[in-house]
Amino acid sequence: MTATIEIRTAPHIRGPRTVERIMRQVVLSLAPICAFFVYQYGLSAAASLLAVTLACLGTERLFARTGSQSGDISDWSATITGILLALSLPPGFPLWMGAVAGFVAVALGKALFGGIGFNVFNPALVGRAFVQAAFPVSIAAYTPSFLPGRFTEFIPSSLAWPLMMPADNAAWLHAMHLDALAGATPLAKWKFDGVLAGAGELLTSLSGHMAVGPSPLLILVCGAYLALRRYLDWRIPAAILGSAGLTAWILFGFDAVRYPNPFFMLFSGGLILGAVYMATDMATSPVTPRGMWVYGALIGLLTVVIRYYSGLPEGVMYAILIGNAATPLIERITQPTPFGVGEARKARRAGTYPLHPSYISREEAGASAPKKRIFRNKPKRTP
Amino acid sequence: MTPAQAKNWDEFMEGIWRQNPVFVMVLGMCPTLAVTVSAVNALSMGLATTFVLIASCFLVSVMRNVIPKEVRIATYIVIIATFVTVVDYVIQAVSLALYDALGAFIQLIVVNCIILGRAEAHASRAAPVPAMINATGMGAGFTIGLLALGVVREILGAGTLFGISLFGASFQPWVIMVLPPGGFFVLGAWLLVFAWWERRKPGADVAEVTQHA
Amino acid sequence: MNTQAMEIQATPTAAMIRTLGIVSTVCGLIIVGAFQGTYTAVQENKRLATERTVFKVIPAAKSIVEYQAGAGGIQPVAGEVPAGALKFYAAYDGSGRLAGIAAEGGAKGYADTVRILYGYTPDCRCVVGIGVISMRETPGIGDKIVTDKDFLANFVSLDVQLNAELSGLAHEVKAVKHGTKTKAWEVDAIAGATITSRAVGRAINDSAQALLPKLVPHIDKIRSKS
Repeated sequence: MTATIEIRTAPHIRGPRTVERIMRQVVLSLAPICAFFVYQYGLSAAASLLAVTLACLGTERLFARTGSQSGDISDWSATITGILLALSLPPGFPLWMGAVAGFVAVALGKALFGGIGFNVFNPALVGRAFVQAAFPVSIAAYTPSFLPGRFTEFIPSSLAWPLMMPADNAAWLHAMHLDALAGATPLAKWKFDGVLAGAGELLTSLSGHMAVGPSPLLILVCGAYLALRRYLDWRIPAAILGSAGLTAWILFGFDAVRYPNPFFMLFSGGLILGAVYMATDMATSPVTPRGMWVYGALIGLLTVVIRYYSGLPEGVMYAILIGNAATPLIERITQPTPFGVGEARKARRAGTYPLHPSYISREEAGASAPKKRIFRNKPKRTP
Repeated sequence: MTPAQAKNWDEFMEGIWRQNPVFVMVLGMCPTLAVTVSAVNALSMGLATTFVLIASCFLVSVMRNVIPKEVRIATYIVIIATFVTVVDYVIQAVSLALYDALGAFIQLIVVNCIILGRAEAHASRAAPVPAMINATGMGAGFTIGLLALGVVREILGAGTLFGISLFGASFQPWVIMVLPPGGFFVLGAWLLVFAWWERRKPGADVAEVTQHA
Repeated sequence: MNTQAMEIQATPTAAMIRTLGIVSTVCGLIIVGAFQGTYTAVQENKRLATERTVFKVIPAAKSIVEYQAGAGGIQPVAGEVPAGALKFYAAYDGSGRLAGIAAEGGAKGYADTVRILYGYTPDCRCVVGIGVISMRETPGIGDKIVTDKDFLANFVSLDVQLNAELSGLAHEVKAVKHGTKTKAWEVDAIAGATITSRAVGRAINDSAQALLPKLVPHIDKIRSKS
């Protein structure tokens, strides 16, 4: 009598979800945001998105060929990096600097660590941090949105020659009868000039010539779609926004004159984009549910602290990078107790153990156990 | 080339290539990262260190038979400190601007581990001439290392090389290159280039040096 | 003593001390030689450097004398400046008349203390120029205080006259937001480099508040080169 025993290692439950599929869904959910960004800033925004993403893809291809890194451009992850990076840069950012940012993001942020899944820091933020330190003037040069000729002409600074200084946008803006303040972001206006923008207009980004990124409301909607499909974990954005809002609210309670209201804090700058799309990067955020709360709370707190007490107007980027660095530590201290170990063993001797969704992070509907036939020839247990 | 010349040449090339203090041994990182914002600073720092290296190796080598091993470290440090002080005064006399740019890193040559390492590992056992040849090679290797960083950082950070403008007035400086992180980035990039070069040499025995500054 | 220690040939104490003594003597000679050999050149360099900065902030100056202003009035600097006294440079023009006063000030900037030298002329009771001695401000942003023409124009005649009691400045020197300067004692900040601009304003203010009340009552003493 013959018995076929198929020996397999874990995991025994296999879902239809692959890296490519997740990444494709994220790119899909970013599409409306990109469209909004182009609607706001026209040609320059489209060119910036294209240049940065192509730089990311080119770098990814280069390192996939020469190095021993995992992944290639076909897994869409470099596309996400490029899109997020372009969205976090000013629309009039010189295209060559955008390409530098894209190259640094993938080369330094990802390829050096071994490719997708091995990176310690969010690649898009590594690229942004580099250009923030390298070109501090250009990265602070925002232009107002919804300018009349945005679909027919570029913002002058976009088209700088490689290695050369970009043109100053001030004269160009002046010709359109906009004052110099229109080119400052709401956060910079608040920090350096004490002018506060309303939370409502920040939420939609639709009113007037404001120097803001895509609408936080739209980002939240797109993020909610991903969270519902379980392509990102809702805990991280919830923890970031909760902790940032709470910190800002407490400070607002102490001194309402010196500190702006918490809604301004939440909807200004890149906080929503960072919380929804950047901090939730799977390779660089904790996998334990409790860890996600700790991680998010840390990022939210740091963002507000940097915005209030440092020389920089915006703090989301550094807060997330610090959060990324803290991730291994957070995972270590938030390890869940293994099933059947510790308190649970005594308390639940005869209880049932429902597989509650909160036990597994980033779980997915549609996961299935291998087909029954594999266990067809189950060996008889010896008495 | 006579065998003696070949040996000297080998001794000299040791520091420049096989045991390059910056790229292979990764020693003396403190000045390497701190003063290489411009090629001139890098070159001056390299030359100052080379002078101290040659002079102290010569003196240590001359006195190698009279220095008791119990007090040798103290002796070496006194000798090195002497020449560093000399360099300190000379640089002040030549250019105060250069002196300010190099700052505390001139005095810190005293504790540069390349120099004490050479005195201990080589000069204390070799005759004056080979010791000086070896020290010259090491100094040249260190200077080349500093220059490699300084040139890249100056070109990207200021658009100039030895103060001469390369790209015209509208060059956009990469501010990060003259800040401390730029030093780390450029050093990392050079180490990458050297490691890649070593690896692609067929049958190369990769120098596994694990000393650290 | 155990036998192992006996077997090791220890260097005699006298030999160690002798060697260290010889080395120290040789090194001492080298150091003193280097010091003496470079002394004049170093002093000359230092003098030139100081003069260059002072001449930059007081354009009419041709020569300088170092003074200190303390509780007991103004004296030429001899040796160390005592605690509580402030050092300044009196700059004279070609004919030996006082062209202006140069003094140092410092305040915390964006990265580190910004140290500046400013020129003061008693005739217009104003600051007529500034030069940066040391700073670590962000290249491309904060270091515009050296090159920005509009910013430097603030210090062509910045009002620092004393109040009626001669106890402090009549108006505090202060950096204001770019484009909002209305008074002669305000400093128009550089857009985007507000923190560094403020530091310059504060450096001048703090130094002038401390120095000028001690200096101005005695200014006639140093009107002409002694």
